[in-house]
Amino acid sequence: MEFCILLLILLPFIISVLQAAVRSDSSRRILTFAGSGLIIANALALAICWYLGGQGSVVLPAEGGILSAGVIPYIGYAMLGIELLLAGLVVWLSIKYRRFLIALLSLAQTALMCWLELSGKIHEEAGMIRLDRLTLLMCMIVSVVGGLICIYALGYMKDYHHHHTEVKDRRPFFFSMLYVFLGAMFGLVLSGSLVWIYFFWEITSVVSFLLIGYTKEERAIGNSFRALWMNLLGGAGFAGAIAYSALRLNTVNLQTILTRPSRTIGMVIFLLAFAALTKSAQLPFSKWLLGAMVAPTPTSALLHSATMVKAGVYLLLRLSPAMAGQAAGFMVQIIGGLTFFIASMLAITHSDGKRVLAWSTISNLGLITACAGVGTAETVWAGAILLIFHAVSKALLFQTVGAVEHAIGSRNIEDMHGLFRRQPGLASALLIGIAGMFLAPFGMLIAKWEALTAFLNAGGISVLLVILVAFGSATTMIYWTKWLIKLLAVPAGTKQQKDTTSSAQWLSLGCHIGLMLLLCASYPFYSAWFVTPMLGEIGFEGVSQLLSLSDRVVMILMLAAIFVIPAVARVFAKKVRVDRSSLYMSGINEGDHRHYEDSYGQPKKMYLSNWYLADFFGEQKFYMPSAWAAVVVTVFCFILAFGGAF
Amino acid sequence: MIYAVRILCMLAYVLAAPLLGGFLSGLDRKLTARMQGRVGPTVLQPFYDVYKLFQKQVLVVSRYQFMMVASFLVMVVGTGALFFGGFDLLLIFFVLTTACIFFVLAATVTNSPYAELGAQRELIQMLSYEPMILLTAVGFYMANGSFKGMDAFSADLPAIVKLPGVFIGLLFVLTIKLRKSPFDLSTSHHAHQELVKGVTTEFSGSVFAMVELSHWYENIFLLGLVALFFVSKSWWSIPLAIVAALFVWFLEIIIDNTSARVKWNQMLTSAWGVTAILGGGNLLVLELYRLFF
Repeated sequence: MEFCILLLILLPFIISVLQAAVRSDSSRRILTFAGSGLIIANALALAICWYLGGQGSVVLPAEGGILSAGVIPYIGYAMLGIELLLAGLVVWLSIKYRRFLIALLSLAQTALMCWLELSGKIHEEAGMIRLDRLTLLMCMIVSVVGGLICIYALGYMKDYHHHHTEVKDRRPFFFSMLYVFLGAMFGLVLSGSLVWIYFFWEITSVVSFLLIGYTKEERAIGNSFRALWMNLLGGAGFAGAIAYSALRLNTVNLQTILTRPSRTIGMVIFLLAFAALTKSAQLPFSKWLLGAMVAPTPTSALLHSATMVKAGVYLLLRLSPAMAGQAAGFMVQIIGGLTFFIASMLAITHSDGKRVLAWSTISNLGLITACAGVGTAETVWAGAILLIFHAVSKALLFQTVGAVEHAIGSRNIEDMHGLFRRQPGLASALLIGIAGMFLAPFGMLIAKWEALTAFLNAGGISVLLVILVAFGSATTMIYWTKWLIKLLAVPAGTKQQKDTTSSAQWLSLGCHIGLMLLLCASYPFYSAWFVTPMLGEIGFEGVSQLLSLSDRVVMILMLAAIFVIPAVARVFAKKVRVDRSSLYMSGINEGDHRHYEDSYGQPKKMYLSNWYLADFFGEQKFYMPSAWAAVVVTVFCFILAFGGAF
Repeated sequence: MIYAVRILCMLAYVLAAPLLGGFLSGLDRKLTARMQGRVGPTVLQPFYDVYKLFQKQVLVVSRYQFMMVASFLVMVVGTGALFFGGFDLLLIFFVLTTACIFFVLAATVTNSPYAELGAQRELIQMLSYEPMILLTAVGFYMANGSFKGMDAFSADLPAIVKLPGVFIGLLFVLTIKLRKSPFDLSTSHHAHQELVKGVTTEFSGSVFAMVELSHWYENIFLLGLVALFFVSKSWWSIPLAIVAALFVWFLEIIIDNTSARVKWNQMLTSAWGVTAILGGGNLLVLELYRLFF
């Protein structure tokens, strides 16, 4: 088991070094397939070892293990060295592109970490690595979804450079960074020591910065620096949390910190939660994730689904028992609820597919964040289920939109009019992904209900969350339904087009669809067998199932019916006579149902558009006020935490 | 015993709701005509209309239309059946929402300009009423300690006592849901509206008849929801609830005949305002009361 854990962290880094060295398409193909396959196999092996080994949590270094306590300080120095290198890289790039404040931000936190490390303030040799159910869950998500996205990237990037000849082909670098990202994610979730988590945390920040700036266009560079400064700010918060806990609590082990009395750790929890909010792109730090969509699709898919933003909510779920009733918990739930509502509202106003997905990611993360902030067993249960379903369906959606973009030359939702006729395969993948995001029987909706009930049971300020969720659910439904409308429209005379998506891309899409259906069908089982015990490990007691059994049976029947009804109706519909001439266009239908006669007697093409209500829900109107509201909440809670700390 | 009653109620709804709904619809037309100084059709006119529609040749622009409308009808019936069976309100509202999505899709698959406009307006209507509908379920949870409709029958006091704000908020969005003026934006029973027949433009024959039928089912369900505010464990609460529901129905007809259609943004802001202030405010007050008393 120990071998599996260590290999899981190291393997992606090894593959990434190899990827950087490989130049030809065919060898990259072999390396990626083998690499992702090995990572997934490794994670599965780890899960099996864990299952056979008694399903308990594992803490390393253990007596007589491969990773002995004596090596730990050297690893610490190596990490510090790499952090210095990363800081050097950031400073160099910041100065090159004249972003001096960012350089300063990076230097400040690296200096703080160096001082802590070298002056001997941090002296810990136990519990550096910790494996429990939450970790295992994250490892499975990162390995399966992340690994498949790397495979998808094979086909996509080849096509990408075929379409975008103006962008320099730096695929070895790109693939190398993808695997570094996966490695950093494994490291992050497996670490038990704050110093180690911080190390991997910073790697993900820097790597996402490099990936967003891949094309080196002006917009890409601007957006990558925005992502960098926001994440570095979070990193600074993280470094502050380490300094505080090293100096005042004499430990940097997260698990130990969480067992301390809540009034002594308020400040640490607050700073860590703040770092997590930046990473999960919550208000007021939402814009970096939106900017990240300028990068090639595999990057967005990876950032939005399995990695990066999930690192933030992972940390929040870990902290959740300590957040209940604390200043940090107040901040996290209010900001999460606000983000859920505002982001879903802004998603209505956009027609760019990736932008809608980006706002939807931010919105859903807001809900998970709010769940963690309330910090009761039920809310954390809902948060974990949301996290699983969101990872898979969002990865599916991003990858499909990328494939659609290459197939029809646009990722605008308006251009997907009648896609179900033109590209049935890709449109079906989109339909499943969209259904997964807001319709039952997929888990997002069920988890949303559980969250709603749990907020009500938690009471107090959480009732405010319920109101935000009620509004946010309505807006969420609207932007997805609008997308469905476009996909399912059947304009007269549309012909099926050739699907140019590569086999590697379809492999990943197919696996995601399968995974989606599997997760949906087996949801009551892993909920009871895996997620509920997980809550006990995180630190909750007496976990009950909320929805009663009969309700659940009815629910599953009803939800299955939602797919059976249209199927049965389809059979009956075969008998119905279709008369195409009946399309009503005030008597000026040109006869082909696509054109009408204008006032000059000339045929004019009819164009049907969705409503985007940009004047009503506009980003200009709502984003800044809500961002400032979030700033006020953050500052207010900081004062509360600060007051409690000293 | 209780299961038998629940199943009977569900069956009664499935069988009787179209009769009752059609009858109320006929009465609505009669009352409306009298308010406008006309004689009006006979009370049974809606049944004749729907019967005739079913006799007509089915003409659709796209086969998917039939599929979507049939799904819409079945889900609306399912919504009401679950409601009168006393099931979880969240589940019921979710099925209703899904049904409405199918209705919108039935209009948009045709690629017809008028149906599309109506469908976009229908979406705005859904956006307007959906938060209040969800908060209504939440209100019942806070008042009765359960999302289940049948638990309202074991409450000491009718929910209206604790949820006056939520009730008024629901009445506000009920006007949207019943397709009454001033909020009949997507399609209207009045002849004065301007977008041909809005979301139902491309429906004809039995497809249109199914839309009418689901409208009847939906109305009975909505009046049932109004009645749920008035029931408690005492027997007299049931006649009281029925009277209250009928009164609300009459009130809606008066509103329908005394107001002019508003623009979508007025509908959205007013509905959301009422939801946030009356609905949200009611829930917050209820929570504060629970915390301090």
